[in-house]
Amino acid sequence: MAVAVGRSPRRVRVWWPAWFLLPPVALFAGFVVLPIVLAVLLSFCSWDGSSAIQFSGLANWRQFIHDPSALAALERTGVLVIASWLVQVPIAMALGIFAAGRQRHRAVLTAIYFLPMLISAASLGILWNLLLSPVNGGVTYASTHFGLFFLDHQWLSDPDLVMGTVIVLVAWEFIPFHSLLFEAGARQIPRSIYEAAAIDGIGPYRRFFRITLPMLRHTIVTSSTLNLVGSLTVFDLIYTLTGGGPGQSTRVLALAQYLEGFESLNFGYASALALVLGVLAVIVSMLLIGVTGFGKMRSQSEGA
Amino acid sequence: MSQLQQERSRSAGQATRVPAALATGPRRAEARGAAGRVFRKGTTWLLALVWLVVVGAPIYYMIVASIEPTSVYLSANPWFPSKGVTAANYEAVFSSGIVSYFFNSVIVAGSTTILSVTVSLLAAYAIVVHGSRWTGMVFRCFMVGFAVPIQALMIPLYLAILRIGLYDSLLGLILPMAAFSLPITILVLVNFLRDVPRSLIDAMRVDGAGPLRVLIRLVLPLSWPAIATVAVFDLVSSWNNFVFPLILTQSPSQATLPLSVFNFEGNHLQNVPEIMAAVALSAVPLFVLYLVARRRLMAGLAAGLGA
Repeated sequence: MAVAVGRSPRRVRVWWPAWFLLPPVALFAGFVVLPIVLAVLLSFCSWDGSSAIQFSGLANWRQFIHDPSALAALERTGVLVIASWLVQVPIAMALGIFAAGRQRHRAVLTAIYFLPMLISAASLGILWNLLLSPVNGGVTYASTHFGLFFLDHQWLSDPDLVMGTVIVLVAWEFIPFHSLLFEAGARQIPRSIYEAAAIDGIGPYRRFFRITLPMLRHTIVTSSTLNLVGSLTVFDLIYTLTGGGPGQSTRVLALAQYLEGFESLNFGYASALALVLGVLAVIVSMLLIGVTGFGKMRSQSEGA
Repeated sequence: MSQLQQERSRSAGQATRVPAALATGPRRAEARGAAGRVFRKGTTWLLALVWLVVVGAPIYYMIVASIEPTSVYLSANPWFPSKGVTAANYEAVFSSGIVSYFFNSVIVAGSTTILSVTVSLLAAYAIVVHGSRWTGMVFRCFMVGFAVPIQALMIPLYLAILRIGLYDSLLGLILPMAAFSLPITILVLVNFLRDVPRSLIDAMRVDGAGPLRVLIRLVLPLSWPAIATVAVFDLVSSWNNFVFPLILTQSPSQATLPLSVFNFEGNHLQNVPEIMAAVALSAVPLFVLYLVARRRLMAGLAAGLGA
């Protein structure tokens, strides 16, 4: 101790932290921060991908306000986000609580529950596209040969149904991940609370609403944040499942900006759409973190 | 035996502390609720099995369809293997060059993980051990990255990669993937390093060890659990990344597995069994990892929750 005082690192200006931080900061600045700046700049330009980028002022934004298909994409995105949250949180919570039980047969079941997390979302879109195919796809076959008549629909080609299909399949993709969160959350609830409640003769429903639900509130917030931002930006699954079709029925904002850019080659206007998407994502996560406190979310994962 | 009783018997240490007089309460309540409990248990298991079908059926379907001969697929029951089960679809996928896509994926996911974890460890060490106001500011800047979705930055990233001449190269995939995984990797490592006793670090520094030496000799060996966890997360997310190869590569020689499966589907639209074989093969590496290291993998995926 006495030795350390003589050359305390606080007295001397040290340079090693700067050297240590240089590589990560450079990487982050080059491929995350710079693109953010470019995204803003590009939204005031027009660019077809090959010729020179031209400044076009507010043209893209004027186009955005008057573009009915962009507003429709925005509306579809809103529907997807809200429906996804309503569908996924309760199911993920139920599965997570179920998986938190420690019996052996549960472990076997939950090992299968988590399998979809290992397959890339692009592959999942392809898999479901074939399953729902009207040409002898698995679901079509089951609806005509196994008597599952309620499955007998044009899930991917009926414009009125396809958004529902997307909502269900996005849920199918993300629920395992969120149930993993809830499993970790449920495991942290001290068992002694349930024991005390049982001793007081408190029934299972009240135990759920008075103990489990309040104890899971941080998990619910974390899961909801990831859920809202996740379904706002879901791209891979919808792109490989429907490509935004039929027509524009599943063209949510994330797809609209990609197709507008990389297929229609209006990179300027596409950047404006992408910027709207990015700003929405930042607002949603900031709101939720602000309402609930980042510290709480962090202490949650530190315990895990 | 009910779940409650099991739980109670497991934590017998606490249960014995309950005064005997109180014990009549729950017993009466349990007797009253016996029918309800059977009903609840039955419902739970029914729902658990329903979910098993919901998750398992598509994966089962993928495997069955992938071993079905192409000629009979469209006329047979796709849910049960027909008599002519075959490996021909897998052979077709192999001859389409999936091995080279596999190696591209290995290079991209491996390099992304190593790069991301290495520079994040440096950052986390500086942030935790130096811990001044400006390192805290840098840390908060990284954390803002959590809120920025990849999908919203496709176009500027495409432009940037194009202009620095990395378009259509594996390095052009590795650098952005590593950059986007920095926030989560740094957060997990910072949280872990905060628990490394300061006295150990200070003792080494008093003995004259430089920061790099402390990092390699002391912090690195102590941090293996956190490094493994976050490395698994980086590995899985870069392995399955579809967006970056989609927008940043164009020639087949630079494609990674997820993109190659998508391209394969585009080129074999009528051949469902072969597409299913391609999808199945692309998932094999992570399924194997899941089998051999389930706990580590799940911990890694849970780390992706990050904040």
